[in-house]
Amino acid sequence: MFEEYLEMVEGEEGKHDLILFALSTCGWCRKARSFLDENKLPYRYVYVDLLEGDSQKEVFEEVKRRNPRKTFPTLVIDNEEVIAGFNEDKYREALL
Amino acid sequence: MNPDFEPEVLEFRDRLEKEAEEGGYHLNPDREMTLMLAEGLLVNRKRYGYLLCPCRMGEGVMERDLDIICPCDYRDADLDEYGQCYCALYVSREVLEGKREIKGQIPERRPEPEELERKREESRAKARAGRESMPLWRCKVCGYLAARGNPPEVCPICKAGRERFEQFSLGGDGPPVPLWRCKVCGYLAARGNPPEVCPICKAGRERFEQFPL
Repeated sequence: MFEEYLEMVEGEEGKHDLILFALSTCGWCRKARSFLDENKLPYRYVYVDLLEGDSQKEVFEEVKRRNPRKTFPTLVIDNEEVIAGFNEDKYREALL
Repeated sequence: MNPDFEPEVLEFRDRLEKEAEEGGYHLNPDREMTLMLAEGLLVNRKRYGYLLCPCRMGEGVMERDLDIICPCDYRDADLDEYGQCYCALYVSREVLEGKREIKGQIPERRPEPEELERKREESRAKARAGRESMPLWRCKVCGYLAARGNPPEVCPICKAGRERFEQFSLGGDGPPVPLWRCKVCGYLAARGNPPEVCPICKAGRERFEQFPL
């Protein structure tokens, strides 16, 4: 399961279960993480570019399933809603 | 959060900015963003051997990632439409001057792989059908054209490498991309829209006309 590759970031009480699929080299992904960190939201994340071989394939398949355009960052909220790409207004509206 | 950047990252960012300005392009005034992206680009160069876009997942095979080597084939169209490239490393003059705001990430313009392959084949077929007496080469990043045996090692306008050129034809039922002529100096480029600034004489976009064939 792709979940085994996720890193946990602690925060204050979390209203949502958040999973962030990101690239370690991407500026928008860093902005997305900064937003979550600054607002003290707990979340799990994975840098897909740092995985190799089959584990990368497995996680990338999950990204594809959630966001057919396979773009980063992809934020999955409560295993339901998906925000593709970082946009502060959209994050704010969905999470705060 | 204020990460420290290595000297090579600072240096690389400054080089990108200098080259951008020389070619009529601009880096994002958000310095930290451009440093993060410069760092990502250098990581990718070490990892893959080429400057793969830091905000996209490549295949790690240069031939398949050519169109998303920075500056990517989609930069200029994104600058036209959104005032920023996909990563927001490059921005338009409007954004640089604060007349237009960057609100977040823009949609991905890159076609899906199958569509990409179809387009590649289409442009190869057009080039084969051309009647030029000498091959005509087009830089897919900036639209620069040169008629010569082989493409130049580096595009003199945008510094993209030889592998970013495609053979191009003006003949038959017209070129697949419009041709723009700078009315001031005569510079010609084959691209979706005229450049923001003429890379040769620095005349503005409004001084370009579509070149009739």
